[in-house]
Amino acid sequence: MGFLSAQDEQAVKKEFERIGGPVKLTVFASQLGPETNAQTVALVKEVAALSDKLSVSVLNPHIDREQAQAYGVEVTPAVVVEGARDYGIRFLGIPAGYEFSNLIDAIVAASTGEASLTAETKAALAGLAGDVTIKVFTTPT
Amino acid sequence: MRLAQHMAIASPRITAECIEATEFPELSQRYRVMAVPKIVINDAVQVEGATPEKDFLGAVLQAVDGQHSA
Repeated sequence: MGFLSAQDEQAVKKEFERIGGPVKLTVFASQLGPETNAQTVALVKEVAALSDKLSVSVLNPHIDREQAQAYGVEVTPAVVVEGARDYGIRFLGIPAGYEFSNLIDAIVAASTGEASLTAETKAALAGLAGDVTIKVFTTPT
Repeated sequence: MRLAQHMAIASPRITAECIEATEFPELSQRYRVMAVPKIVINDAVQVEGATPEKDFLGAVLQAVDGQHSA
């Protein structure tokens, strides 16, 4: 059984009309981990099937250690959303419920490389003097 | 997460991680997550609740400034 209803699929397809370039979704999942690992793989595959601009790669951090290190992934499940470059967007845990819409938004934004922010914010970020890691803790509901 | 991910796209210096709190209790405990959304920037600056873009930017800049003056 799939995660997405026919209605969900239609809504996502509508969002994906705005997709620009290709987007690569890399899922790190462990077969020995909790069931959210397998669920995340299935969910991301369902999403990727809704646009021919999306590709999915499923890796196991215990086997594909170099890639996990390169992406800075230390826990599973984890989803990396990449467009023309790796923008540093990661979803740790299954991106379902409330976070699902953010996953879709991240895919569309990564496909164009265009940030939906005010000119003031963009100008301030262009002058950042150091590296920034933003952790956003959420729950599915 | 929406603002964080758009900031990551705007700046190559920014990484945005969306963490499902219930799946990672150890991380949630380490960062004292009592309510969501909770935003932690460079393990230093913390913001709770829905945050307007201007305040979010302020928190990011504060985190970077803090590192440089430390």
